[in-house]
Amino acid sequence: MDALERIDQEVKNNPVVIFMKGTPQFPMCGFSMRAAKALSECGVPFTHVNVLQDPEIFENLPRYADWPTFPQIYVDGELIGGCDITLELHAGGELKTLLEKAAARQETAADEG
Amino acid sequence: MNRRERIQEQLQSTLSPTHLEVTDESHMHNVPAGAESHFKVVAVSESFAEHSLVVRHRLVNKALKGEFESGLHALALHTWTPQEWFEKGGVAPDSPQCMSGSKSD
Repeated sequence: MDALERIDQEVKNNPVVIFMKGTPQFPMCGFSMRAAKALSECGVPFTHVNVLQDPEIFENLPRYADWPTFPQIYVDGELIGGCDITLELHAGGELKTLLEKAAARQETAADEG
Repeated sequence: MNRRERIQEQLQSTLSPTHLEVTDESHMHNVPAGAESHFKVVAVSESFAEHSLVVRHRLVNKALKGEFESGLHALALHTWTPQEWFEKGGVAPDSPQCMSGSKSD
């Protein structure tokens, strides 16, 4: 499987995924740290991919969604943006709603098997 | 023209902003002096009203494609309509300090 397919799988198989530098516990970039913190504060489980540990994903992620920077946050298969958008949605309370909806949809899909 | 001036000029013509701040924040990061790698943009434009945040950021990223291809590494981006800017008191959040995760370090 090539890198774009692997990225696509992460995006499609997880209701909420952040591609970041480092991990939520050990972030390696201030932008990644803030975005991961905002996601954590919503109380909805999310997946992370450490782009520093995966050179192929690091190289290919910018062209996957035509977005030049890290972190990138995908909810329900769609890019919501990077750090600044995530923080802005969080400040307005919309982020939590978005994540909860995505998680609920995922559960419904799982129930339907 | 340095990168700050080029970004300023490109966004001025693309967005017709009523307010535009472009700040070189490279010194806050672990990069050589004069790296011109990390920037912050605050752009206020009526033209944003019809677009979601993600589309607004795409417009900026697209306008700065050449800069990203030539060493622009990070862009803190605050894109608002005049009304949104007013509601925020005209102040954009401070950008985060470096945590040394840049591959270009």
